[in-house]
Amino acid sequence: MTAPNDPCHTARAPGGLHLDALTVRRGADLVVRLDTRIAPGEVLTIMGPSGSGKSTLLAAVTGTLDAAFALQGRIVLNGQDVTRLPTRARRIGLLFQEDVLFPHLSVAGNLAFALPAALRPRAARMARVEAALAEAGLPGYGPRDPATLSGGQRARVALMRTLLADPAALLLDEPFSRLDAALRDQIRRFVLETARARGLPVILVTHDAGDAAAAGGPVLSPLGAPA
Amino acid sequence: MTQARGGLLRLAPVLTLILLAGPVIAGLLGTLIPGLGLMGGTPVAALLAWPGLGRASVLSLATGVAATALSLGIVVLILAALQGSAVLRVMLRLLSPLLAVPHAAAALGFAFLIAPSGWIGRALSPWATGWTAPPDLLILNDPLGLALVAGLVAKEVPFLLLMALAALPQTDAPRRLLVAASLGRGQVAGFVTVVLPVLYRQLRLPVYAVLAYAMTTVDMAMILGPSLPPTLSVQVVTWMMDPTLAHRSTAAAGAMVQLALVGVALAGWRLAEGAGRAALRALAEAGWRGTRLDAALRPLAAVAAGAVTLALIAGLAGLSLWSVAGLWPFPDALPHTLSATVWMRAGPDLARTALATLALAVLATGAALALVLACLEAEHRHGLTPTGRALWLLYLPLVIPQVAFLPGLQGFALRSGAEGSLPAVACAHLVFVLPYVFLSLSPSWRAWDGRIALTAATFGASPARIFWRLRLPMLLRPVLTACAVGVAVSVGQYLPTLLIGGGRVETLTTEAIALSSGGNRRLIGAYALLQMALPAICFALAVLVPAFAFRHRRGMAATA
Repeated sequence: MTAPNDPCHTARAPGGLHLDALTVRRGADLVVRLDTRIAPGEVLTIMGPSGSGKSTLLAAVTGTLDAAFALQGRIVLNGQDVTRLPTRARRIGLLFQEDVLFPHLSVAGNLAFALPAALRPRAARMARVEAALAEAGLPGYGPRDPATLSGGQRARVALMRTLLADPAALLLDEPFSRLDAALRDQIRRFVLETARARGLPVILVTHDAGDAAAAGGPVLSPLGAPA
Repeated sequence: MTQARGGLLRLAPVLTLILLAGPVIAGLLGTLIPGLGLMGGTPVAALLAWPGLGRASVLSLATGVAATALSLGIVVLILAALQGSAVLRVMLRLLSPLLAVPHAAAALGFAFLIAPSGWIGRALSPWATGWTAPPDLLILNDPLGLALVAGLVAKEVPFLLLMALAALPQTDAPRRLLVAASLGRGQVAGFVTVVLPVLYRQLRLPVYAVLAYAMTTVDMAMILGPSLPPTLSVQVVTWMMDPTLAHRSTAAAGAMVQLALVGVALAGWRLAEGAGRAALRALAEAGWRGTRLDAALRPLAAVAAGAVTLALIAGLAGLSLWSVAGLWPFPDALPHTLSATVWMRAGPDLARTALATLALAVLATGAALALVLACLEAEHRHGLTPTGRALWLLYLPLVIPQVAFLPGLQGFALRSGAEGSLPAVACAHLVFVLPYVFLSLSPSWRAWDGRIALTAATFGASPARIFWRLRLPMLLRPVLTACAVGVAVSVGQYLPTLLIGGGRVETLTTEAIALSSGGNRRLIGAYALLQMALPAICFALAVLVPAFAFRHRRGMAATA
């Protein structure tokens, strides 16, 4: 296993996620303008009302921008320019508002899908899956049907699945807004602490001030204004 | 490697359209050239010398237009008057599984129902009619083609109804109807003035397909239609199949006349659409409320719905019963004894024919599915969006009458030596199977949650892995349903099998129709029953296989 987000590997290049003079336009309209560096373990919160360019920023960073948009600037992850790379080569993990678990696979099948193909043999893959479930407080849940899990359990499985793909950065698209208040606090802490512990730079998109406060990092609008 | 495959995938839509439009265009040219006498002879003169030409042409035009107008009228009446009623729910539950019944089986069932010795005659005899023997009445094959029109209506109403119901959610009908009702419109008046104009736009291509089919059907017209003269397309096929080959160019000329008739009918229909639209607009703007209409139309709609459902179901039940009937003298409503004699005696023939039918269906459907999946995946990966023109090309084989281009195609098959072989017939089936597989699969395929692919891509999954491991298994149910549709279409094909098969490729459909002019009802019933059973089994598998495969996955449960 390589560990590219290990500090030893990233010591020479400046680590973290660098949005280098990133702008996205739709025709004449400027939708996104960010020029910032997110250090490993740091959380950048993007806040703004609906239609303010939050989802455009997410599409730009994941590499799924519609052809109607024009992107300028660079997205640099741990020293590598990923601006023109396809989504699958960027190593940027993504958590949606809904958990988007694959309904036709078991919990273990969902987690194993995210593991790098190079990890072999099967027993090693299953061991990693089981370890991830234990870390999420769901030991022995592997054979379960994802549809039978509670909302909180599904959210934790979704996070562990994202992490098993060994991402170098994390994007969170309002991942807590669907959860009720009690659960929300617990899952938010779990996600943010896990990301921090792994030294992942995180972009959190939200319209909830509570999320921003919990994240503790800088808060900007999609156009780079401090919010 | 991936680059090359991406390149091939990108070509899939073009390849598919060539495979669809190519045979149609080549076939039309292959019909036109001998039909104009460019290959010798005087086919146009020979055609004009046939005394039945005028009457056959009028029959084609009149039966086709009447059947289409009646079918559309009944569908609109049912939707307008019976929306949300129990009658409509029951009707749909009964009719949806019967949509896949081949035209020939439906026609044979209907024939068994209305023939002088059929079930209706038996039910009314002797107490009401006084008949103790089947009367010598020309109910079937009547010279005006009324039986043909009725049979077509029974078969096409379910088709148009289900197409309309599929399009209805896109018309915002409940809110529009509510607004119309709040403005004092009756239910039917509200439906025809505010929903129908939008709905019809979605229904137009299926209606054109019904019109073209109804005017040119060969199998239903051979079973139910008049015989002296028959409809023009039946006469064209009779000339085509003449063993002396002397009438082939006359047939080609006749096919061109038939094509022109369809063109005229479609153009006329188009004009009538405009007139209908203007009339509805005038009614709406004149403040027509039609509140007293509902009480009269509701029972009428219920009767129409009941008659269509019953005609189809009783006919098919009659076919099944005849196949196991022992002694069944007129005018008894039920056979005295049941017997498996026909099934035993004809067993080997039935099995051989069913196997050939299945082989054709599997070949054509397999090829169609591969092409459709490649098209949809290319659309997804390369962001291609199908143009309206491409959609028209998809409908081309359904709107251009088979009888107009299959003769030309048969000419090519003859010259290349492919005529009479199973793969050649499968290729001909593909032209008709493919549009239906595409129409069946594409809505679910496109509606698939794109975030699943995006999530998988962030894990580093390749497009191929997303396709095979996520999209295809998650869409197993619609994929298998599309396959069942493909099998149903292939099993029902008569003319392509007959012409490209040169009479040497025998399927359940060609056999059932070949037997239809004889009197062996038990044997006809057996062939027609198998003809229905093959698609029915496929539809059952399309439900059962995903239900079993995902029995432990609640998130994969059928939503409908």
